[in-house]
Formats: sequence, C-alpha cells, structure tokens
Amino acid sequence: MEIFRHDLNINFLGMRKVSIVISAICLIVSVWAIAIRGLNYGLDFTGGVLVQVSYERPVDIGEARSALMKAGFEHAMVQSVGGTREISIRLQLPKNRDKKESPDKLAGAISKEVLSALQVGHPGAKLAQAPDFVGPEVGAQLKQSGIYAVIVVIIGIMIYLGMRFEKRFAVAALASEIHDTVITLGVIALVQREFDMTVLASILAVVGYSINDKVVVFDRVRELFRLTRKARTPDILNRAINNTLSRTIITSSFTAIAMASLYLFGGPAVHGFAITMLIGILVGTLSSIFFASPLLMWLGVSKKDLMPVTRENPELARRP
Amino acid sequence: MSDFPRWRYWVVALAMVLGLLYAAPNIYRPQPAVQISPNRDAKVDATLQKQVATDLDKAKVPFQSITIDKDRMLVRFANTQVQLQGSDTLRLALGDDYTVALNLATTVPHWLLAIGAHAMPLGLDLQGGVHFLLAVDENAVLKKQQQRYLDDIRSTLRQKQIPFDSVSLSGDGVQAVFKTSDDRDKAVSAIDQGTTDLAFTNSRTPGGGYALLANIKPAVLQKLAQGTITQNVTTLRNRVNALGVAEPLIQQQGESRIVVELPGVQDTAAAKRALGAVATLEYHADDPNVNPQEAAQTGNVPPDDRLYYMKDGTPVVLKKRVIVSGDELEDASAGYDQQTGMPDVNVTLNSAGAARMLDFTTQNVGKRMGVVYIETMPEVKVVDGKEVHTTKTTETVINNAVIQGVFGKKFQTTGLTQQEAQNLSLMLRSGSLAAPMDIVEQNVIGPSLGQDNIRKGDRAIVLGLALVLLAAAIYYRLFGIVADIALVFNLLLLVAVMSLVGVTLTMPGIAGIILALGMAIDANVLICERIREELRNGSTPLASIRTGYEKSFSVIVDAHVTHLIAAVALMTVGAGAIKGFGVTLAIGIIISLFTSLTMTHAITALIHGGRRKKLKTLWV
Repeated sequence: MEIFRHDLNINFLGMRKVSIVISAICLIVSVWAIAIRGLNYGLDFTGGVLVQVSYERPVDIGEARSALMKAGFEHAMVQSVGGTREISIRLQLPKNRDKKESPDKLAGAISKEVLSALQVGHPGAKLAQAPDFVGPEVGAQLKQSGIYAVIVVIIGIMIYLGMRFEKRFAVAALASEIHDTVITLGVIALVQREFDMTVLASILAVVGYSINDKVVVFDRVRELFRLTRKARTPDILNRAINNTLSRTIITSSFTAIAMASLYLFGGPAVHGFAITMLIGILVGTLSSIFFASPLLMWLGVSKKDLMPVTRENPELARRP
Repeated sequence: MSDFPRWRYWVVALAMVLGLLYAAPNIYRPQPAVQISPNRDAKVDATLQKQVATDLDKAKVPFQSITIDKDRMLVRFANTQVQLQGSDTLRLALGDDYTVALNLATTVPHWLLAIGAHAMPLGLDLQGGVHFLLAVDENAVLKKQQQRYLDDIRSTLRQKQIPFDSVSLSGDGVQAVFKTSDDRDKAVSAIDQGTTDLAFTNSRTPGGGYALLANIKPAVLQKLAQGTITQNVTTLRNRVNALGVAEPLIQQQGESRIVVELPGVQDTAAAKRALGAVATLEYHADDPNVNPQEAAQTGNVPPDDRLYYMKDGTPVVLKKRVIVSGDELEDASAGYDQQTGMPDVNVTLNSAGAARMLDFTTQNVGKRMGVVYIETMPEVKVVDGKEVHTTKTTETVINNAVIQGVFGKKFQTTGLTQQEAQNLSLMLRSGSLAAPMDIVEQNVIGPSLGQDNIRKGDRAIVLGLALVLLAAAIYYRLFGIVADIALVFNLLLLVAVMSLVGVTLTMPGIAGIILALGMAIDANVLICERIREELRNGSTPLASIRTGYEKSFSVIVDAHVTHLIAAVALMTVGAGAIKGFGVTLAIGIIISLFTSLTMTHAITALIHGGRRKKLKTLWV
C-alpha cells in the first residue's frame, strides 16, 4: 500500500520565496505573542497558595472546580485528598495582588475568598488546615534549569551535526530548530495555554523531534550530493525532499496518532504535553519541507562542501 | 541470509527472553497492606500474629493474610477501604509498642523476585502521597563554625600569652589585630598548630596595627556544606522512619535542597510536624548505685535520677544534672583511634562546655557517662472534638560509655563498630549542629487522582500503540508486522531496563516512553521506505533488504544520537519532571537502536533467508 506516488516530484524549492515569507510572518507573530501576551506560566513556575477544604457531605471535584471558576479563580488545581469529603486546591496568586504583603497574610486572604466561593454550594465547607504558601523561588530555579537544558541541547546537537555533516547543515538545522520551537511557543502564548512542567517537557521533545526530521532530509541531501556528478543544488534539495516525503508524512502521522490518543484519553495531566507535541509535530514537519532546505540553499551548500570529508575519513566514504 | 552472523540471532533471542522476564513483574499490581514494625523491645512473633488476627476479627475487618518478614509483619487486605479500617483498628489495639503504617505488598511470584526482577516503583503523581522540598540554611552552620574558630583563636592567643588588640568576625573569617608584626608571626604559628583549616592574609589597619585575617579554606567550606546536607538527610531519614512510611524517598537536590517524598501519606500536617522536629543533646552522669534493670521493673528511681532507655530497649539510669548540652558541642566525627586503629567518634566542645567537662571527668574517671538524644515534635490531638496542641518528646540514650581519663575540649568515644561510630557521630551532630530547614514547596497528590492517572495513561498508551501497530501492519504489510514485533519488544525491554535500574515511573516518564517509541517507529519507517525504493530501482528482493538496511543505517544512527544528546542534556541539566523525562528517553533511544536495527534485521533474515528457493517478491 502506498499513499504517495514514488515518482512524486513537487518543486518545493520553487515555492521558497512564498514559504519563507510565511515562515517569517509566523515567526514575527510568535515573537510578538510571546513578548506581548507572554507565556501563561503555571503553578510550577509562579508559586502560589495551597488551601485544603473539608466538607460535611461528599463533594464532586468538578463542582468545586466550576464554583472556583465562577469566582474568578482560573487554573485552580483541585484534587481530592484521601476520601471524598476533603479536597486540596492549589492556585496562583492573582496578578493584581500587592506582592509586598506578607506571604502568610496573602495566603490567608486568598483562602478566605476560596472558601466563600465554595460555600455558595456547600455552606458546611471549612478549612481543613491553615493555608500554605508555596514559594515562587523554586519555580524560578526550575525555570532556569529548563532554560539551561534547552541551551545545552542546542549546543550539543549543533556540535554533533557540524561533525557528521558540515557547519552549514548545523546552522540550517539550528535555525529551523529555533524556528519550530519559537512558533510552537508562540501558539501556546497566543491561545494562552497554561505553561507548566509537562508543556516544558514536550517543548524539549519537540526540539528533539524537529531536529530528527531535519537530520533525515539532510542525510538524503548529503547522499545525493555524493552520488550525483553534476546537479544544481536546488534540484538536489528538491529530490531529497521528494524522496523522503513519504517517510516524513508517515512518521508524522504515526506519531500524531499516538499523541492524539494521549490527548483524547490520557486525562488532563497529559493534555498540555499532547497538544504541544501535536503543534510541534505539525510545525516541525512543515518546516523540514518548506523552511530548512531553502535555508540550506541560501547558505550556499554545494557538492564541494561534502566531498573533502569523505577523503579525510575513509570510514564515512563506505557509508551511504 | 549469509550476511547476518549467527551470534546476533542469539543476542536478539536472549534480549527478547530477558525483556519478557524482567518486564513481567509490572503486571502484578501491588496489594494494599498494613506493615507492623516493633518499637523498643517489642517483638514480632507468632503471639503478635494471633493477637492481630483476633483484633481484626473482633473489629470485623476482613483480611487476607498475615505474614512475618524478618522483623516486620504484613497484613494484606482486599482493597484500600478495608486497609484503612484495618490500620485504624491495629493502631489503637497495638498502642505505642508498634509502628503501624500503610504499605503496598508485592504480589510478584517468588521465582521472579529470586532472579532480581522487580516492578517499577510508581511516582507520587501516579501513586498519591506528599512531596516536600526543603531548603537547608547552610549560612547558620557557617556562622556557627566561624564563631567556633573565633573562640579557638582567642583562647590559643591567651594560652600562648601572645598580646593582641582585638579578635573579631570579619567576612567569611576571623580578624585578629596585633601591636607588632612579631606578635602576628607568633600567632600564625600558634594557630596553625591547632588547625589546618585556615588560610592567613596579613594587612595593616588604618590605626597602624598589624592585622591577621584567618579565612576558612574553600575546601573546608565545601566539606562543611556537603556535610551539612548529608547530616540533614540522615536526620530526616530517621524522622521519616519513625513515621513508618513504606518507601520514602529522601535525597539531595541541587546544592542546598532536600526532596522528601512520602508515598501513601495524605496528612501533610503530620508529616510536616515530623520533619520539623527539633533535636538536642545532653550529657548526663550515670548513677552506678542503681541497678537499671531493677529500676525499670519496680519503677523505683532516686529523686536525683531518671530512667532512660536505649534504642534497643536497655534501661539506663542517669543523674538529672546536665554536664554538657548540645549547643556546647562544636563537632563530632567518626574516625579511627590513632593507637589501636579501632573505630571511634571524636567530639569537640566549646570552651564553656570544655571547662565543665574537665571538672566532671577529673572527679569521675572509671564511671559511666550517657548521651541523651532528645527530639521534640509538635503534635495535634483531638480531645472532646477540640484540637489540642501539645508536643511529643522522645528521649533516647544513644551512648553510655566508661570515662577512661580526664578530658575537656576534645575526647573520643571508643569500643564501637564502624557502623555504630558513624551513627553516633551523625546523631551527635544532628542533635547539635543541624542546619535549620525550611519547607519551600509541598504538594499533596490524592491517590484517587493517581489511580485515575494510571488508568487513563495505561489506556491511552495501549490505544495509541494499538493504532500505530495497526497502521504499520496495513501500510507495510509483512515488514510492518516485523516492525510491530520490534516495537512491542522495544516497550518490553524499556520497561524491563527501567524496572532493573529502579527508575520511578511518573507521568513525564510515560511521555518519554511514548517519544522513544515514536523514534523506533521512525527508524522502521525509514528502513521500509528504503527497501521499497531499492525494489523500485530494480534490485532483487534480498539485495533490497541488504541495501535498505545499509543505507538507512547512517540516518538512523544520526537521528538517534541527536536524540540521545538531547536526552542526556535533559537528564543532567534538568530537574524533577524534565529529568525523569530525559532518563526514560535516553534508555528508550538506546533500546530503539537495538530493536530497530538488529532485532528487525534478525527477524527479516530469519523469514527470508531460510528459504532455499529464490525470493521473487517482498511483501512490503
């Protein structure tokens, strides 16, 4: 069974002006969204207040959640503690709060508001224990470790690709990687999806996934450059994209199937992860077709760049 | 197929068998149980077993079995509801002599456990429990040490009769000012004899004096910081053990933080109180005129004395008067006796404590001296429906040794095994030098959410995998089925390795597994596409398989290595969830390389290479 005809030859490089303009627009919108709207950082990053409430009668978590929503506490994390009559609520500090107030006072004031919101439906609700303040400093530490991780990932991959391919491939891969990551983040900022640890994890996964796609296309470019005697660079790039197109689409759809299943049935805890991966897969797939290769061309990759490596390293020459 | 060496078949077969064996324990769900462990001299034996059974029968709590495992007892229940009732009943019935804790008993068959196969421990997000992050205030310890050096230097200068203008704290060290540079040189050599922990710098004061700045060496500071954390971790472990939590996780995170995860514990307040307990130490004289055994039985203790117990339940009678208390203890470290080479604990007191110790030991050589470890824990009890705040104090004698000679500032405790010396020095330090800790983060995860997460996560993974397997089989036919087999074994091997290494399974970890499987699928897609391409180019089926594998080798390796770089970076740089994700991904990537390149090749070679007749078509 085949979905794509194997002799497919679409002139992707011919569309490079259009595709790069679209990419540029997406990038600008994303940067704007991240800069102006900002990422909606979750509790992991901002810190907040932990309130534990006990009821006289068993309570439905969804009910408590909607009561809090009505009172203006969005993104409150409601969980049941032990039985069915006690719940724990974690929420961020509202943005309009005076940050200079002492944490305990702040936690006390917020817990009162939470309680009165919950008492609308259940007059018997009361605090199970004193509210606790979860400090934001940990969030800052985690955030920093995440940023360091991304930097280390990018540098490590750059060095490896520079060694295995050529520096221009590494630059093109890095540019596409940043392109994919920024656009994925941009979408999250645009729809104001909560940015928590699972989303961060999936952003890191998207970085890996996107680089994987580029490696596959670039590997074919390298192979074709070495095999073909005389060929124009755009033709080589086009052939490389077309030859790997079937694989690109199939792998993306297989991964997307798994992610869609995770999104639909994995529960709220993995929603953020799955949706970010889906966005990342889409962006990554499109950019390896429409963005990475035109970039490679503009950077001036030619047959010459790839040949000397093979002479220096006879081991590489034996490989395809 | 001749180009596929035979030994590789064996490697593949072995990996498949081992993968199956070591992944197997994970299908056995642990059973709710209650663990009973003895305090002091209480014993876990057949009598207790009978008592527990009658207690549970009386309360009409159905249980499944009661087993004794070494010095603890496990009572298994059908579900968590009954388990909770059971633990409440037993806690009341057994009282203070035993610690009753909720536990999960393994249901993995013995033959699997015998070969070292275990189920993966589940993370808090999957199992429920509490998570604490504690920040250790190392500065407090540093300040204390600084003060100690200041006292030392001052007394050394007085002892050697070196005249000085002033001795004061300055930055990270101590500054002493002298009238002449001669005095200063004398001071340096005098101080240097006492300790090698200090680095000296000379300078002139504005007033014309000769200043000497003694800074604690960086290596010493580092050792001090690390020691502080280790010691706090040990203190926490002791306290958590007292709570009776089944599989607690207590480990250092970053430079000055400690993570405490208590699976199954729901009461944050109780856990917090236990972690926040305050410990002190007291040295008391032993009363040789009283027989402790007798005193323990009759309860007759002289008015000046008190009856204490050691950890193993041995009674000890000590004088009430305190010789030296914990805040007068400067350092305690385990080491070896210079002469005998036997393990010992070196204790250093400050000058006030040293004076009193000297006084006491001069008159009491040959008698015993006991160390009492006192832990104060805030407690909340409900009396008549009202919350009553009290404190619970536990006092244990951790050492009761004979005084061999007269000593003051420094002395050794000998006659211990190496382990005992380690423990004693840690207890001494945690009773005196422990750095204050603050809880900076706490999370409570309900078990209902945990079970829900597991169920949904399991279902999503199984469904996602089934859909992908189906799609691959439809699209690549026989080769798709081969890829499917490899994919399933990829998952099995990944689970097996994670179980063997003891990686805790969390939600981000599951995400990592999914991504690793995605990589494995991609590798198989690359191979299948290549084989199709070769067939289209007119190669024979066997040649197509060979070139297909050869040509996709470099891209698969490149893609996997880039992913591995990413995974290792996340593992080493990231914290918490990012780290868990990285670990799973890294293991998954390495396994994917093996299953995608070697395992599928072996299966394909087995299917197509065994036939004598020439292959006409490939079902790809």
